[in-house]
Amino acid sequence: MQTDISKKHTDINKIHMDIAHIKFLFKQMLRIRRFEEKCAELYTQEKIRGFLHLYIGEEAVAVGIMQALKPEDAVFGTYREHGHALARGLSMDKVMSEMFGKVTGSSRGRGGSMHIFDVEKQFYGGNAIVAGALPLAVGLALANKMQNKKNVVVCFFGEGAVAEGEFHESLNLAKLWHLPILFVCENNGYAMGTALAISESEQHIFRKAQSYGLAAHAVDGMNVVEVESAASQYCNSIRNGDGPCLLECKTYRFRGHSMFDTQLYRKADEVDEWKSKGPIKKLKRWLEANDKLSADELIEIEDEVAAEINQAIVFAEGSPLEEISDLYLGVYAEEES
Amino acid sequence: MKSQTLTYREALRIAIEEAMNADERVVLLGEDVGNYGGCYAVSKGLSETFGSNRIIDTPLSESGFVGAGIGAAIGGMRPIVEIMTVNFSLLALDQIVNNAATIRHMSGNQVSIPLVIRMATGAGKQLAAQHSHSFENWYAHVPGIKVLAPATVADARYMLGMALKDPNPVMFFEHVMLYNESAAIPMPEDCPDMCSALVRQTGTDISLVTYGGSLPKALEAARQLAQQNVSVEVIDLRSLRPLDTGTLFRSVEKTHRLIVVDEGWRTGSLAGELCALVAENCFWSLDAPPIRVCSEEVPIPYPKHLEDAVTPQVAKIVEAVLGLLKQEIVS
Ligand SMILES: Cc1ncc(C[n+]2csc(CCOP(=O)(O)OP(=O)(O)O)c2C)c(N)n1
Ligand SMILES: [Mg+2]
Repeated sequence: MQTDISKKHTDINKIHMDIAHIKFLFKQMLRIRRFEEKCAELYTQEKIRGFLHLYIGEEAVAVGIMQALKPEDAVFGTYREHGHALARGLSMDKVMSEMFGKVTGSSRGRGGSMHIFDVEKQFYGGNAIVAGALPLAVGLALANKMQNKKNVVVCFFGEGAVAEGEFHESLNLAKLWHLPILFVCENNGYAMGTALAISESEQHIFRKAQSYGLAAHAVDGMNVVEVESAASQYCNSIRNGDGPCLLECKTYRFRGHSMFDTQLYRKADEVDEWKSKGPIKKLKRWLEANDKLSADELIEIEDEVAAEINQAIVFAEGSPLEEISDLYLGVYAEEES
Repeated sequence: MKSQTLTYREALRIAIEEAMNADERVVLLGEDVGNYGGCYAVSKGLSETFGSNRIIDTPLSESGFVGAGIGAAIGGMRPIVEIMTVNFSLLALDQIVNNAATIRHMSGNQVSIPLVIRMATGAGKQLAAQHSHSFENWYAHVPGIKVLAPATVADARYMLGMALKDPNPVMFFEHVMLYNESAAIPMPEDCPDMCSALVRQTGTDISLVTYGGSLPKALEAARQLAQQNVSVEVIDLRSLRPLDTGTLFRSVEKTHRLIVVDEGWRTGSLAGELCALVAENCFWSLDAPPIRVCSEEVPIPYPKHLEDAVTPQVAKIVEAVLGLLKQEIVS
């Protein structure tokens, strides 16, 4: 399943990636990784509460896919969406503040970790009902089509979501109505503690999509270049009016499902094996092997990332809580006068 | 015999174990009940004891596996279906309301569905607007199913077994804030029938009626009010359908005042139904209007201070009681 990085080099050439861009991808993944490592710490300090689902290990998927999108394209995520939010260009300040439940958060603090929204960035959450966003994404794509907009809608979901009826209903509708939508399945092998092998009779997710007539295939989701390349091709074809596609990204989450997970369902060896082919490690190795990343440069990138995270924490800490008198805000649209 | 101290979670696990040992037809199915040990760790260790044939991990297919539970009950099994939380039960609402609740009646009483559907419910863990609902009342609206809300460790221990013996579909609601509560377990004979309400504390000035996760809050409010010489009677409904109206009416006829504490949103709440029942049946005994302490009508927000402001709290209950006692009868 794993392709080696030299093959990626051909992909790189194919989509004309230059080294500056590859370094940009590296930094984006590192931002997400370091941000979430900090979030885990802040969770134990009880600054962040509720459920916290870390994306650590899966960064290449969000970062790769986002490269294929234009600002007017729309994104739907799951409850494991910090990485997607950051990769989509939401400010880290607002994302962190949301996790702190502060009024300066991307959703005014109302949503927390699982419900990051930013309509300006066409980022439609943050949905904590498994498969709940797929029909919404289909609807937005329908609206785009009916208004003759060339925008793409991207909907992320885990492999666990494909067991829900909404997955099947959504794929059917998307194909039936020939909609401009890219479904991205983040196949990390587990839905909480349930391994794919014990939850699906057909374990190749992309085949399910093919059976509905969508263009679909699987890629190495630990390889950001491969993800970007596949996403670009699909987005081009969607913009050309060729209808919906599904990309299955094979990946792995290095941490528990949420902060409460004791991980009884998998062996440490398995986790270690996947960690050794982690997306950041892999790209770093390639950059170093090709003399494209000096030790100094790496320190510089790490420092920039750390500074951004520190700034986000200062911002979140210093931000106010919503007044209780504003409790009812945003339940309905304000009356038009 | 020395009584055993258990947590609410352990009490449920022991009840499931006991039922599975006693009756081979009992199986547990749901998301992550096996390898993961249950999302609230209720079924932890059970798959080692009973194997994956009887502790069945299902895919994320709420409508599918709840419907399968109904079918298995029709086919002679005694399934316990676990849905992770009430929010996700909405994906199975069709199976529960259109099938489980109706098939006995619409088949002319030919088909029996002895099924227990357990799930977590309620707010308090800062899980925001898609994970904090209290929809017990939606289910209590539906004839053909029974709805239980065990609020104590003892009820967690014994009501599940009673629910499994019932020939009807029974919904079983476990408030998320109760799982870590612990208490000594009484003998089974000391646990009353699952459909009767219990007076948890006797009092004379006012009846405070509640269920599930709001019971500890109501009892704490009663304790604080006792220090101000207000004698509060606290009633735990235990069963939301059928309702034990006898216990409710007797209490109101004694205290002449009713406040219902209910974590559901006020409009269309179970609290509203109880107030209506008391108004219809105990009108002439009342010294004050029946009052509801419910959740504010806002999707539950994430930050703690806002979540607390939405859901019923001890201070709000105390304030409501004192406010009601101040009301003069104007004739
Ligand atoms: C409808 C529904 N059922 C159950 C859950 C509880 N739950 C949250 S995440 C999850 C696992 C989802 O796995 P997957 O789709 O593979 O995504 P991953 O967490 O691996 O990213 C479950 C069971 C939920 N949020 N919504
Ligand atoms: Mg998964």
